[in-house]
Amino acid sequence: MSVVDHNAIELGPRISEAEVGDYIALLKPRVMSLVTFTALVGLVIAPGHFHPVLAFTSILCIAVGAGASGALNMAYEGDIDALMSRTANRPIPRGRITPPEATAFGITLAFFSVMTLGILVNWVAGGLLAFTIFFYVVIYTMLLKRWTAQNIVIGGAAGALPPVVAWAAATGSLSMEPILLFLIIFFWTPPHFWALALFRSDDYARAGVPMLPVVAGPDATRLQILLYTVVLVAVAFAPWPLGYFDAVYGVTSLVLGAGMLALAINVYRRREGVAATRATRKLFAFSILYLFALFATLLLEVVVRAVAPAIGAVASAIG
Amino acid sequence: MDDKRMPDGIVLTEAQKRSRRHRSIAIALALGVLVVLFFAVTLVKGPAVLVRPM
Repeated sequence: MSVVDHNAIELGPRISEAEVGDYIALLKPRVMSLVTFTALVGLVIAPGHFHPVLAFTSILCIAVGAGASGALNMAYEGDIDALMSRTANRPIPRGRITPPEATAFGITLAFFSVMTLGILVNWVAGGLLAFTIFFYVVIYTMLLKRWTAQNIVIGGAAGALPPVVAWAAATGSLSMEPILLFLIIFFWTPPHFWALALFRSDDYARAGVPMLPVVAGPDATRLQILLYTVVLVAVAFAPWPLGYFDAVYGVTSLVLGAGMLALAINVYRRREGVAATRATRKLFAFSILYLFALFATLLLEVVVRAVAPAIGAVASAIG
Repeated sequence: MDDKRMPDGIVLTEAQKRSRRHRSIAIALALGVLVVLFFAVTLVKGPAVLVRPM
């Protein structure tokens, strides 16, 4: 009888003590901020007038959709997150939130973000946002991540879609400019994540995640980083000669690309000891700055173009 | 016979009550934002916000 009572206590309902902050952590706020920023650029460079309320709605929905993807990703990866030092402090490995709770949270946010974007803005954007969430959660998290070393190459498409969604929100259609933004982020993803994987390869090996350094070794990864960086620099530069973005962007992409390429070469050459780790950490840190600066240039160009006539009018009035 | 009566059902601890209250407030705020958002977009796009070609 006492055994039965004991089991009854053990199997009793679990009452959550999760705070709001734990749920915010499920949204992967840092990833969310980069997604929001790239989406903002996609929105701002889109042609035509877009009402600020609709622009805010679009960005909010894309941000929440990204957060939903993060929550669903964490719900599925609780087991491997617990094994890696980088992710062991996430709410699920710490026992603050259970995987079913995170799943319910993620599905709710995904549903509301897609429906709100579709109903209030347009269904091209809503559909693209739904596809982005699906791709990140099902294709990348559930299928690719534990199966192939090309996980982040293919999965990178999900992270590259937000500016496309934003462009679609503003215009109701697609064209070459958002596809170029997509390609930039797509080819940026492998050098960025493989740099991280190089100095966290023990973590990934312990968790059984077949990241390239674990499967093919660090030297093969260094070569792949270098090759993808060459492609990235070319893809990021191409919009200028092709006539989609102007000279300020072109020159910025060249300068930033030179920095990225120099660091990738450094990673390729330095293969042993502290110098190798330092080189990969530098590339990882610079890659974030690279993408941010490239997109910020596009954003600033639009802002300057919008403000310049007003400044000119004031100057001529004073003159 | 023991005079002390066990309370019926589940009794939440203070920490559980506090975190549940915080979560409830967050949900209320999120729903409030959603209501304001739909209202604002209705003003922007007109009353026929839901009746339009896809």
